[in-house]
Amino acid sequence: MDLPGLLAQLLNGVQYGLLLFLIASGLTLIFGVMGIINLAHGSLFMIGAYTAFLVARQWGSVWLALPVAMAAGIALGLVLERCLFRYFYAREHLDQVLLTFALILLFEEGRSLLVGNDFYSVPVPALFDFSVPITAGFSYSAYRFAVIGICLGLALLLFWLIERTRMGAVIRAAAEKPEMVDVLGIDARLVHMSVFALGTALALVAGVLAAPLYSVYPNMGDGFLIISFVVVVIGGLGSVSGAFWSALIIGLVDTLGKAYAPKLAGLAVYVLMAFVLIWRPSGLFGQRT
Amino acid sequence: MLPSGRAAFVWLGLGATLLALLPLAVSPYYVELGTYALISAMLALSLQLLVGCTGLVSLGHAAFYGLAAYSVYLITPASTGRSIFLALPVAALVAALAALVVGALSLRTRGFFFLMVTLAFGQMLFFLFHDTKLGGGTDGAFLARPVLAVFDWQLPLTRRQRPYAVYYVSLGLLVAMYVALVVLLRSLFGRVLEGIRVNEHRMQALGYNTYRYKLAAFVVAGLLAGVAGHMWAMHRGFVNPELIGWHRSAEALLMILLGGLTTLHGPIVGALAYTALGEVAQSLTERKLLVEGLVVLAVVIALPRGLSGIALPSWARRAAVPPAAKPIAAKAHHDA
Repeated sequence: MDLPGLLAQLLNGVQYGLLLFLIASGLTLIFGVMGIINLAHGSLFMIGAYTAFLVARQWGSVWLALPVAMAAGIALGLVLERCLFRYFYAREHLDQVLLTFALILLFEEGRSLLVGNDFYSVPVPALFDFSVPITAGFSYSAYRFAVIGICLGLALLLFWLIERTRMGAVIRAAAEKPEMVDVLGIDARLVHMSVFALGTALALVAGVLAAPLYSVYPNMGDGFLIISFVVVVIGGLGSVSGAFWSALIIGLVDTLGKAYAPKLAGLAVYVLMAFVLIWRPSGLFGQRT
Repeated sequence: MLPSGRAAFVWLGLGATLLALLPLAVSPYYVELGTYALISAMLALSLQLLVGCTGLVSLGHAAFYGLAAYSVYLITPASTGRSIFLALPVAALVAALAALVVGALSLRTRGFFFLMVTLAFGQMLFFLFHDTKLGGGTDGAFLARPVLAVFDWQLPLTRRQRPYAVYYVSLGLLVAMYVALVVLLRSLFGRVLEGIRVNEHRMQALGYNTYRYKLAAFVVAGLLAGVAGHMWAMHRGFVNPELIGWHRSAEALLMILLGGLTTLHGPIVGALAYTALGEVAQSLTERKLLVEGLVVLAVVIALPRGLSGIALPSWARRAAVPPAAKPIAAKAHHDA
């Protein structure tokens, strides 16, 4: 195997993994604080991708889609939390699963009503529509570099927010001992709303970044949702740094697998998950129970 | 969970009799639809052993159903269908074996972790059939349907009679499954499962190896889902990856919730109601999923106890199954 080819696959793997982290971190944050798994998280990613498509078609710029998706994600997150999810934190798993399953059906139907059921490609933003030469015979897509950079920036921002700010301290406390947060006079409902909005916005932004790479198509959220679950399971439920490392591992395993053993690649991540479950059922970075 | 009192059995017998008489009253189209509803009822009933009885919410249950249908496809030669007496046990055994492997791994986790792991393993099987040529790939494949035959003798059925035969075989299997589950749940094994649902730690403290009991329940549920999957292959003569996909698993959960989480007949009522709903939605609008999504939302919000939880008039309430034990124990904040 030639070295430039391997390097390209490694970069692809890192880029895919970082994108998965944006989705999985929202899932794991929302679970950590509210104790709920949002199956519609993949649909939020899908909404982000279609936002990129619609904005690019309307105004000819994918960049504009980033702030639009961020604002839309925050608004959508606030509305969903306030009007629906809030009433389901104390309900049974089955109710939560079916609530979020119903949301998937509704979001997909909404997408079908608005945009239809066709595949669409989304143009790579003009600014990054070139290749970066790395060695004599090998160059790499500038847009993928940009995605890596944006995702790393967002990941750093997220860690800073959670580890270094007052709001992050409240979020961590709410994940650890929700009653204590209440006792200290902090409105837990506000914490819930902001965490939900944060997770939703991250998923939509991931969708925007992914649209030029993977194009947009019906049920595109499903595949990303399931792989994000594998990321969260391997990383340890509720752990953001665990999600980061396991997203990178999954991204690399899946991409390298698809490049060098295409027939088995679809199964590789699940086999990995099986081994992690045998070895450490609470995830590589989760706390041992 | 279980029917108790003479009145409950009268109602159940009445329901089974109505289902048995149905084909005499409706057109062949509705006989086929009824068969599909009965197969869905088997799938939902098998899942109820995990969800309602043991408190394990699995999102990968359709994997065993679809795998069974695919194994019928894989053992069937191109031209002639296998005997049901070969195809049914093979399909059920394959499903049970897969459930043993998936269950052994996923039961090492709890709560939402368990849900995500079952979902991921289900999707693994989905991609196995979706991405490889093992069973016709994305488009699925047609197969010669299993026939009612013993050795060389085959029940002679005309093209018109066949759907009726499949309907009654499905109904017979559903009734058998229900009775088998009643017997199973009345045994010590069933009591232990109920104990696990209400308080697993206490069952462990009493000395029960709860992992083994949960695994046994998972395997039995997989086996029964395999029976349903075989009947799908016999009914439609067609397999595709959607049979395995997690939307089918979520549908089965919805049937349980629709019918009622706390009774054994709930999933059957839910499956019949859900199939009827899908049919009505299809005839009214092209947006079938929109109607389904709204109904699911409405049920989850307004009917947390399912159709069985709707207040009956007093004369019917007296006869109906008394409200069963508490639903799944309230969930802890961090149960993963």
